[in-house]
Amino acid sequence: MTTTSEAVAVEQEIRQPAEKSMSLEKQRQIWGWIFLSPWIFGFFVFTALPMVASLAFSFTDFDLNAADEINYVGLENYERLFTDPNVDNALWATAKFATIALPLAIGLPVLLASLLNSRFLVGKAIFRTLFYMPYMVPLVSATYIWGGVLNTETGWINRFLEEIVGIPNGPNWVYSTLWIYPALNIIGLWGIGNAMLFTLAAMQGVPTELYEAARVDGAGPFGQFRHITLPMISPIIFYNLILSVIGLFRYFEVPFILKEGSGDPGGATMFFNIHLYQTAFTFKEMGYGATLAWLLFVMAMGATILIFVTARYWVYYAAAED
Amino acid sequence: MAATNAHQTRISPHLEKQMKRVGVVGLVTMGTSLLALLFLMPFAYGGITSFKDKEQITRSAKGSILPMDPILFEYAQVYELDGEQLPVYNVQPTEGITRTVQQWALVSGDPESGKSTFVDTRSSSRFYEVEDGVATIREQPTNVQITPLVTQLEIYEVPQDDGSVRELAALTKRQTSTTFINLADPYGEKIEWEGRYLTLDQKMEFAPRMGNFEEAWNRADFLKLFRNTLAIAVLGMIGTLISSILVAYAFARFPIPGKNIIFLILIGTIILPNQVRLIPTYAFFSRIHWTGTWLPLIVPHFFANAYNVFLLRQYFLTLPREMDEAAMIDGAGPFTILWRIIIPLSWPVIVAVSLFHFVFAWNDYFEPLIYLLGKPDLHPISVGIQQFNFIYDQEPHLIQATSLLALVLPVFVFFISQRFFMQGVVVTGVDK
Repeated sequence: MTTTSEAVAVEQEIRQPAEKSMSLEKQRQIWGWIFLSPWIFGFFVFTALPMVASLAFSFTDFDLNAADEINYVGLENYERLFTDPNVDNALWATAKFATIALPLAIGLPVLLASLLNSRFLVGKAIFRTLFYMPYMVPLVSATYIWGGVLNTETGWINRFLEEIVGIPNGPNWVYSTLWIYPALNIIGLWGIGNAMLFTLAAMQGVPTELYEAARVDGAGPFGQFRHITLPMISPIIFYNLILSVIGLFRYFEVPFILKEGSGDPGGATMFFNIHLYQTAFTFKEMGYGATLAWLLFVMAMGATILIFVTARYWVYYAAAED
Repeated sequence: MAATNAHQTRISPHLEKQMKRVGVVGLVTMGTSLLALLFLMPFAYGGITSFKDKEQITRSAKGSILPMDPILFEYAQVYELDGEQLPVYNVQPTEGITRTVQQWALVSGDPESGKSTFVDTRSSSRFYEVEDGVATIREQPTNVQITPLVTQLEIYEVPQDDGSVRELAALTKRQTSTTFINLADPYGEKIEWEGRYLTLDQKMEFAPRMGNFEEAWNRADFLKLFRNTLAIAVLGMIGTLISSILVAYAFARFPIPGKNIIFLILIGTIILPNQVRLIPTYAFFSRIHWTGTWLPLIVPHFFANAYNVFLLRQYFLTLPREMDEAAMIDGAGPFTILWRIIIPLSWPVIVAVSLFHFVFAWNDYFEPLIYLLGKPDLHPISVGIQQFNFIYDQEPHLIQATSLLALVLPVFVFFISQRFFMQGVVVTGVDK
């Protein structure tokens, strides 16, 4: 009895400072939640709730022209996806664009970063700045400037083709259903800065001992690139790939500005997001617009998950092997 | 000579290696410069086109890339009568039945004042008397306006039979032959040239149009666009700085249960396509009558942004905890520690976040497009110049000028602050 009460007393004595620090811990926790609250509130109000609402909208005929009459329409909007020629068209346009855009988005930053990382290059910092700088140009400006460069008659590319290369009738670029995709990709080149900088930083982070060891083993420059650089920067390639794929689904500004959202030539620039914009904001069909948005979300997430699943076969995480 | 040779052979392996290296460095650096030139070429296109007028742009399809105008030769037309060259005048009757302009050559007198005699260039036997601006046409006294007939002749470089090239002015251009006149002796013997004049090099002079930027500035009301963009950018910047610093502070320093999962969700929002939350958000802002105002472009930034939180958190984590612990023991509260210790030590990353937001707001196109529909007075620069260029579709020189005006500030800000900028970019890319 005494021993127990003594024990309790001792325990309390020991616990008291502990409890005090617990309460301090608790206090710090509360402060943490307070500081976190702007994001949590924002996340619910501007992300979580709208996502759910978007899903809910997709089962209604919500029309901003008649915002007070919302009816549940079941799967009607989803059935419409299958008969909407613009959805088909948008997916095709995206696919055609992607066949050029994705290899460029993955390959060019690596090539450019290798060049900027080369020990044979003088003035690296200047070149890095120059290649990054166009990323700062507002998309609206970039689109118009490149639009001029790509002009069939007076643009410098076709002038170059005619005067220097000797091809008198250059492509019709932004007016041709075939050449519009290369043209959009050329305009997109100015956005390469970020990906290039990530890749360059990753390359500079590769320990030099690895290269030395490879040299000792007799690896040439290409062998070193293939067996050291590429695996070591594969997490960045992975990251670039994810952002590029999502960027594909989000693609909007350049074709919209170039063609004022018309989808010309012949629907070639009616990308998914432009169709979504027209549906929701030009025709105010918010219900069907939300359905398109969810389709976009599901496709983008599906692609992302696919990349994540395949990542274990080609992305090398040095840290994971430690 | 022999000695030098021997000397060279002795050090040649080293020298050769050195030379080879210099050669490769030169080659790589030159190749990269060429690539950079190509990459930045559109700036030159935009710049040069901004100094052209519409005609010069159209002409550039076949001619020079610079703003050039043809050099013209003023040639007062003459009419030959009895081996004499008479100056030709345009005669415009200002009253009477026939108002057709006729071309008369001056035989004698001064057409400006007093009496003068003209001969009709179509028929050398028809003479007219003119006195003080009154001519007698078909026996009717008629008031006429008399002006010298001057034509602007284009100048071409014409190859001669002897292989030399002469600069001549084209008087009469025909399909396969052209009559030229000598610039030094315009009324001397004319020169007939067989061939297509279109294949000749035309004499041009550099003639930039200086007014395009001013015209674009005024017509697109750039002052208003700058003001709007700056207001939206600065207000949003304040919001994102306050909220992102607080949230990053929470992630970096406070024990929150499930912090890692919350952080993952935060990072996950980076790859969340905005479209999936767009429509209800728009409907919500529309319902509370915020569409048509700047509020939807500013208020959401007061609730932190994943990129900025990530960037700030990474930086806060590198700051030694001992300092805030020491301050805590001295009784400093969490706000004091943030304000007095964390923020003063973190200004590089805070500058980077501010810059990112500035550039984001400057370039943001989609949100102002939908939220400021039909409110041109509130438009920021991106939507403003797009709408301007939509209207002035047929004025490519103005389009290039507005595009350049819109990019000057962000590019300038980038150049003066590139160190912060690129470091920030690298942190967001590599650390994740």
